[in-house]
Amino acid sequence: MIQQIDYFLIAPPLVLALVAALVLLLDAFLPARPAARTALGLLTLAGVAISLAFVVAQAIRGGPPQSTFCVPPNLAGPAGQGPAMCSFVVDQFTLVFAGMVLVAAVVVVLMSMTQLAGGGIPVGEWYFLLLCTLVGAITLPASRDLVMLVVALELLSLPVFALTAMKRYDGRASEAAVKLFVVSVVSTAIMLFGVSLLYGIAGTVYLSRLAAVLSGQMPAPGVDPALTQGPPAVVTVGVVLVVAGFAFKIAAVPFHSWAADVYQGAPVPVAALLSVISKAAGFAGLILVLVVGLAGQATTWVPVVGIVAALTMTTGNLLAMRQRSAVRLLAWSSVAQSGYILAPLAIAATTAQSTTATATATAHIATATAQTTTAQTATTAAQTASATAQGIAAPATTAPLLPEAVSGAISTSMAYLVIYAAMNLGAFAVVMLMSRSSARNELDDYRGLVFRSPAAGLALAFCLVCLAGLPPGLAGLFAKVFVFRELVGGGSGWLALIMAINTVIGLYYYATWTARLFTPTPATSPSLVAAASPLPAPAASPAPAATRPSTIGAPGPTPNSAAEAPLTAEPRTPAESPTPAMATSPAPHRPPPTTWLAIGLALLVAVLFSLAPQLVLDMTSLSPFG
Amino acid sequence: MPVLSRLGSFVEDGDVRMMGGWLPGTLLAVPLLGALMLLLAPQVLRPFLRTYGLLISGVTFVLAGLLVATFDYGRAAGLQFEVDWPWIPGLGLRFHLGVDGISLPLVALTALLTFLCFVYLCWGRTRDSGPFMSARPRALVFTLLVLEVGMIGTFLALDLLLFFVFFEIVLIPMYFLIGIWGGERRRAAAVKFVLYTLLGSVVMLLGLLLVWVQAGTLDIEALSAAHGTGMSRSVQILAFVAIGIGLAVKTPMWPLHTWLPDAHTEAPTVGSVLLAGVLLKMGTYGFARIAIPLLPEGAAAVAPWLGAFAVVGIIYGALACLAQRDLKRMIAYSSVGHMGFVLLGFATLTPVGTNGALFANVAHGLITGLLFFLAGAIKERHHTADMPSLGGGMLATSPRLGSVLTFAAIASLGLPGLAGFWGEMLALFGAFQPANGLPRGLFLTYMVIGGVGALLTAAYFLIMLSRVTHGRPRDPAPATPLHGIPDSEDEADGMRAAGTPDERLTVPVSSSGRPSATGTLAPSPEAPVGAPGAHGTPVDTPGALGASADTPGASEVLADPPPPPAGTYGASAGATRAPAGTFAASGGMLEVPSGVLQVPGGAPEVRQEDIRRHELLAWTPLVALTVLFGLWPGLLLSLTTPAVQTLLGALS
Repeated sequence: MIQQIDYFLIAPPLVLALVAALVLLLDAFLPARPAARTALGLLTLAGVAISLAFVVAQAIRGGPPQSTFCVPPNLAGPAGQGPAMCSFVVDQFTLVFAGMVLVAAVVVVLMSMTQLAGGGIPVGEWYFLLLCTLVGAITLPASRDLVMLVVALELLSLPVFALTAMKRYDGRASEAAVKLFVVSVVSTAIMLFGVSLLYGIAGTVYLSRLAAVLSGQMPAPGVDPALTQGPPAVVTVGVVLVVAGFAFKIAAVPFHSWAADVYQGAPVPVAALLSVISKAAGFAGLILVLVVGLAGQATTWVPVVGIVAALTMTTGNLLAMRQRSAVRLLAWSSVAQSGYILAPLAIAATTAQSTTATATATAHIATATAQTTTAQTATTAAQTASATAQGIAAPATTAPLLPEAVSGAISTSMAYLVIYAAMNLGAFAVVMLMSRSSARNELDDYRGLVFRSPAAGLALAFCLVCLAGLPPGLAGLFAKVFVFRELVGGGSGWLALIMAINTVIGLYYYATWTARLFTPTPATSPSLVAAASPLPAPAASPAPAATRPSTIGAPGPTPNSAAEAPLTAEPRTPAESPTPAMATSPAPHRPPPTTWLAIGLALLVAVLFSLAPQLVLDMTSLSPFG
Repeated sequence: MPVLSRLGSFVEDGDVRMMGGWLPGTLLAVPLLGALMLLLAPQVLRPFLRTYGLLISGVTFVLAGLLVATFDYGRAAGLQFEVDWPWIPGLGLRFHLGVDGISLPLVALTALLTFLCFVYLCWGRTRDSGPFMSARPRALVFTLLVLEVGMIGTFLALDLLLFFVFFEIVLIPMYFLIGIWGGERRRAAAVKFVLYTLLGSVVMLLGLLLVWVQAGTLDIEALSAAHGTGMSRSVQILAFVAIGIGLAVKTPMWPLHTWLPDAHTEAPTVGSVLLAGVLLKMGTYGFARIAIPLLPEGAAAVAPWLGAFAVVGIIYGALACLAQRDLKRMIAYSSVGHMGFVLLGFATLTPVGTNGALFANVAHGLITGLLFFLAGAIKERHHTADMPSLGGGMLATSPRLGSVLTFAAIASLGLPGLAGFWGEMLALFGAFQPANGLPRGLFLTYMVIGGVGALLTAAYFLIMLSRVTHGRPRDPAPATPLHGIPDSEDEADGMRAAGTPDERLTVPVSSSGRPSATGTLAPSPEAPVGAPGAHGTPVDTPGALGASADTPGASEVLADPPPPPAGTYGASAGATRAPAGTFAASGGMLEVPSGVLQVPGGAPEVRQEDIRRHELLAWTPLVALTVLFGLWPGLLLSLTTPAVQTLLGALS
């Protein structure tokens, strides 16, 4: 039997894979000149953009979830009346994650162009590996079976090891790569073991079928339903192992210890990739497995997720307080942020449990089968949910078909993740900029950044304030409000309280870092000399006239120079600016225009989310999984 | 596109609800746009930065004045000038602003104090470069404008989350205000301030969300009309405690106050003024606007505890004040005590007590704002606020400053006839007869303790006055540098016309035939004698009222330099001083020059820089309002009473 493959659905990863191959080929055949670097970078950027365009097209087309790589009904076995078994589903959930990953990828590619401009890193391999990672990252949220999940996760992880080690002859980078490799391999092994246990019990790898079997909707193969009461205890082991595997990926406590070393050792764009793209994919996988596949096992993983969330945010924040290195601080802070993202999932489970098991099971079957009618009911349910939230409609609709609390919790996690991605990327982009001039990249190097480079300083300040969750970083504030609302509404007051305390701890280190930006440097400080001297250099050197506009967009070295609005930096670096900048690459400390573009993009999104957080809610709140 | 349709409804909604509601939005938009302009076009604004801040805050002040003028006093209980736009439908967050009798005085107070701060800053630094406008003036103006947005927004917001957002907006500018322009240990103080307040406000956020989850709406108007229906008693108590902790940190209530003295001590003058004058009010306003009306049962259950903490705060604040050496720190602790009275008023849950609390709120904003202005001025002149090192005798060395300080201290200790009195009186009176259901015996005890606290308040303020304003000026060496005199601007304006600096420098030498050997040493024996007399006058209310009535004229007199003939200088100096000095001391101080009449320049030589023009401009309105509200409390009470009655609807 020949399967019909919907190429439109798989276009985003397909485009990326093709571009990856193209990049590798071109790298082999293009002459090794600086212009080739730029060309490859632009090609990668184009690939990401096309892929993003496909995602947007799918989003605009809308309609019910589309799926491909399905098992035909006549092959679905004796229990053919069960949920459809598809490996690749494009729904709201997939689209949001894919869109977020690809936008983040644009920023990462722009940062990479700066990183690669310094030389010393093979360009073709870099972009190839980056694109491979992206293929994994956008395949993962679409996967609906365990094998595909594992494969996508590996596709996401493996290239990152190589990317981390790409700074050759750098001891830290090698150490980071080995650490990441070992941790990742161990976690994969653990997860595979858990997956194999689940497969052994349920007899299926498809999440929809798994959910049906584990919640007692369908009999497990080879088990006499009359003899056993519910699934055996080994399911618990399987669930815990799978959760542990994903916990490695998102650097949740107690599997967090690799984060700081790896982030610090890796090139900054890779650190950004790890903290945003890799983490987002990890969360996508976790949500899929837990909520779609293991909803019936909520009693097992609810407390685990809740405790892990609390531990993660606390540990991350406490460790971040003591850091002196900017990247390490961001590493621990992103661990802490993982805790905030995890927290609503514990609520999803609690409330999912409170509704009857059959209700959840049927709901998941309904969503997984993805029939138009159920999709419509799901949408209306979501609409009523939002209506009640606005306080317009009457009290809550009782026990709808779709567990709206679950979808609410998931969309809260997603909303936080989306906002987190924007603000964290902005921070990393500025750190990238600073890493050009100060090798150690310590917090003290940022002293007085606002005066040396107003645009960068203000951008970083805004992102940090966002991460701390205070105005004017309204995006971060509302992201936290979303989570608090879920926690309070879901009756998980203890977690809300822990998160409240953590918010304050987090504010401490974000605020002290932000305050450093505004503290004038003592004139004799060596760090000022080290950081400021590179900046006037390009202006003084007989640079080509074409590069002038881009360098002017960069900071003026005088402390009195006007602070530009962060946003104004972005339009100043037009698309053609990379070319002349790359052409004269030997100037190592040139203010890199692509990084300014990256900062501008991340900041634009963060500001947009600050002004209209409703955009994020609109994106994420529309009934995940249907 | 959903976004577009939302935008459409936004506009449509706006059109419908905007009738007369443009004022609150503009009140926020003006300072915000002003701050943004600073960010976007710094080069253009650089030359006239001082006037720019003044202009923006002036426009805001005028708008606030317009608000006060067009407010419909016939229905002060209801919300007016409402604006209601959807902002984040997914959260149910609406951009809902409005004014009623409770928030109107606070909005006006905020606009006034911010404007006065700009007056103080912008006209104060024309000649000598103080630590303020010289160090990053643009950032300072920006910070203050953003601060103003947050403060006014808090008083205008009618949506729980919007209130929270504005409540939080204040944090970052205040952090930088303390952390950049502050004193020596500013970093620690700023961090302490921001962490404390954030911890409080996060807990408050949890409480607000609990209310929202239970009641299903964020709209304060609807929620307070419901008076807590739909929420069980236990939920109400829980929510009240959570919200109360957040507000109590800001207020600050006794065990949560420890950030306040540090922040005040390290903050620059304008920071202290705004912190004491407005920021603390955000906490108490939250009680009046949110905690008590939304959660009446919770309030009734927690009120005895609130009252207990309040009276402990009163006593504790007073005792702590007695132990302070630092003037700013003492005033900060006195705020703890005053806020204790405010909280006690709220805790009674009666219209009388709540009215008293709201009155004390405004009065404290005026008086303590003035006190911090004065403390800043003293610290600036003496480079210390340590009371023993100040050495006393201020009424002799700088009589006007000393008199205004005396006036402010006496107003703050609650002398009848000045604004500080009525709030304390009403709060204690409310405790005499608390709301039904509250243990009366307990509140009677509170009342007695509060009365003792008022006594202690008087004690520490009088001790402060005796230390600072009375006595002989001790340590004159740093206090009267010779070159300092020509720099003292306003005084010098008059004098320069009278003679060249050389002449004046020689004069004291000729006068030093007196036993006091240094010649810079001020007071002839008459001065201390005159000082107590001077100090006595402001107590006399009509005199003080006369002062307030005269003050505009006084500033004019000071502003234009009258060129009197040199020979008659002593008399003319007395005459010039008289209108300004009517704050207190004119009568007494006239004796000083007359006592050393043969030395025309002697008296100005002795005193160091007295009140300057910008200080006078900034302080006069505060003095006038203190007297006005002291003599005519009905002005404010008639505004708050109907609002309080609706607000306490379920309780009283």
